[in-house]
This record gives sequence, structure tokens and C-alpha cells, in this order.
Amino acid sequence: MEKQDLISTDELCAQYQVEYSFIDGLQEHGLLKITTIKETRCVPTDSLADLERFIRLHYEMDINLEGIEAINHLLHRVEEMQHQLNQVHNRLRLYEE
Amino acid sequence: MEYIDYYKVLGVGEKATQEEIKKAYRKLARKLHPDLNPNDKEAHKKFQQINEANEVLSDPEKRKKYDQYGKDWQHAEAYENARQSQGSSAYSGASGFQGEQGFGGGFGEDDFSDFFSSMFGGSGGRTRGGRSQVRFKGQDYNAELHLNLLDAYTTHKQTLTVNGKNIRITIPAGVENGQTIKIKGYGGPGVNGGPAGDLYIKFVIANNTAFKRLGNDLYGTMDLDLYTAMLGGELTIETLNGKVKLPVKPETQNGTKIRLKGKGFPIYKNEGQFGDLFITFSIKLPTNLTEKQKQLFTELARS
Repeated sequence: MEKQDLISTDELCAQYQVEYSFIDGLQEHGLLKITTIKETRCVPTDSLADLERFIRLHYEMDINLEGIEAINHLLHRVEEMQHQLNQVHNRLRLYEE
Repeated sequence: MEYIDYYKVLGVGEKATQEEIKKAYRKLARKLHPDLNPNDKEAHKKFQQINEANEVLSDPEKRKKYDQYGKDWQHAEAYENARQSQGSSAYSGASGFQGEQGFGGGFGEDDFSDFFSSMFGGSGGRTRGGRSQVRFKGQDYNAELHLNLLDAYTTHKQTLTVNGKNIRITIPAGVENGQTIKIKGYGGPGVNGGPAGDLYIKFVIANNTAFKRLGNDLYGTMDLDLYTAMLGGELTIETLNGKVKLPVKPETQNGTKIRLKGKGFPIYKNEGQFGDLFITFSIKLPTNLTEKQKQLFTELARS
């Protein structure tokens, strides 16, 4: 992974005005992957959309990390089910006039 | 434009305290927030309504104005002018609220009702919960691209205009109806040096062919006359990729399904690979028989 695809946790905490403990908590719950490069802890920029969602869930809806973990799991299930539903819908078109 | 009962939207009484409003809003937000209801347009719409109700009722100045002039919203402007002429600076209209997008991100001016805009000006978007929502990554955009099945049969380029910006994308052959692709960095611009958002394009594919598609396979029906079905022969089938000659075995039964390998739909991102084409024969019996034909069929029936 190239350097420009990562963002330091220092910058993240400053930009999003979140505590380090929140970022650490996300890592501990397996919700955020943190890589250390030359003693700088970094997060892939591809994870920013997820991170923003976690921030909204936590800071705006008062959902704790355990709740976010459960929601994240369920959202993946929803995504899978929506994919399956789309496939079933496309299959149904086979039988419709 | 209709009057909106914001108290009803949040399910609170007109005497509700700020704490009760906050509680009611959060309870509904946990149920209807777009983050918790992906791809649910109905939930998204309802969320915008509670967002707007909260925007008004959680702000003492807006609530006061709403309580006083809500049902007679047309007079709100007069109220505004009167206040300003009295030198009040407590409320300065929409210009006092800038930039920040609504709860959950991604809500612009268009997300507020005409009623709201009429009373309070354009956008809302105050800070909520005592914490300002800081954006860094640009907003993700969602778009739908409508294609015909024949368009999806070949890899081709298309130029899309998203928020006034032209984007030329390559659409790989074999894209599926309902499939979403992500185009990185083509969303809204980032803030404070943050990365741009992404563009998500959902394909909506209409079938303009005689075939039906299931994944990479195509299905079609072909009429077969009784005599070819009985005695065998050869048919020419028009596929999406040109004509194909197809031998018909003698004594082919009605509903017989044959598979033409590799004559189906292109496999997504597997250049040169195709699914199969399935043809079901529908045998058509002759009509308007002549006397001679009737005689011959009678003979056949007795033989």
C-alpha cells in the first residue's frame, strides 16, 4: 500500500475531533485497521467512510463501541441480503412476461 | 405548500422541554438514520422530516417563530421585518447558519421542505448534540445509470455529468442489473485537505432483446414447426452475437431445451468469456388444414 493511501491517526483525531481512545476502541473491536509505519499509526483512506459512520453512530446517536460492532455486523448482513434480493429479483424477471 | 406539524413529526407535545425533544429526536434517529437504513429511500425521507423538525424545535428562536407563526407561515416574513426594525439581533435568518450538513451528513438545502425554506430561509444545519460535525472526506455521490441490455453486452465508454462535472467511465461488458460500482475520488471535494468522496453508480438495465438474462446466461424461446420437429432439420437463430445455425433432431418434443455454449452474455471483467444461451422449442401445430392434410393426419393416426 502506498503512503498516500494512509492517513495518520493524529490527523484523524484532529480533523474529526475525536479522542484517541475512540480510534483505539475501534481497533480493539476489529472495526478499524491501524498500520504502523515509522512509528506513525495510520489508517487506510479507504476506511474513512466507515470511520465517519462510526463517528456518527457514537457521537451523534450515543451508541457505544459494543453497539457499533453489532450494528456493523448487521449492516454487513443487510448488504449481503440486499445483494441476494437483487439476484432473486433478476431471477424473477426470467419468469415474468 | 402545506403546514408541517413538527411536534407531531417528533411525537411530542407542544409543551415539550428541550430535553424531551432531544430524546424524541434521538430515538427516531436511531430508527431512521440513513447509516442504519442503507438504500432505504423511505427511511431516508422520514429521517429528513425528523431532522427538519429537530432543526426547528431544538432551536429556541426558530421554535418561537414556528409556534407563533407556524400555521400562518405566510406572515413569517412580516414578523421578521418587524423584529429587525426593532433592532433585534437574536435571529438573523438563514445566513446565520452555514455550511454544516445535517445530522448524519449528506443533506443539503434541497433536503428541507418548502415550508421550512419559506419560514427559515434555505438550509438548516446547526451543530447538534453540542458537538460540531466535522467533515474531512468529501461527500459520496450516488447516481443511477440506465442502460439497455445490448449496451451492457459490450465494453464501452460513456460520459456522465455528475454535479456539473463530466466523467468519462468505461463500462465493462457483463454488468448486472442493480450492480453498483465505485469510482474513487469522483464524489464531493474533501475538506481541510481530506480525500474526495467517491461516486457510486448503480446500473439499471432494461431488456430490449428477445432473450431473458440470468447472470451470464441468456434464455429464449423459438417456434418450431411440426414437420421440422418430427423429421429434424436445421434452424437459424439470431443471437446477440450474430446468426447461428442449429441442427434440430428428429422427434424433438415440445419444450425441449438446448444449450448453446458460449453464446450467452459476456462474463463481467472476464474478457472473451461468455455464458450460455438456452433455447426452448415451442412446437407450433399447423392450422387451416386442407382436406388432403386432414386425410394424411387421419392415416397417421391409424398407422
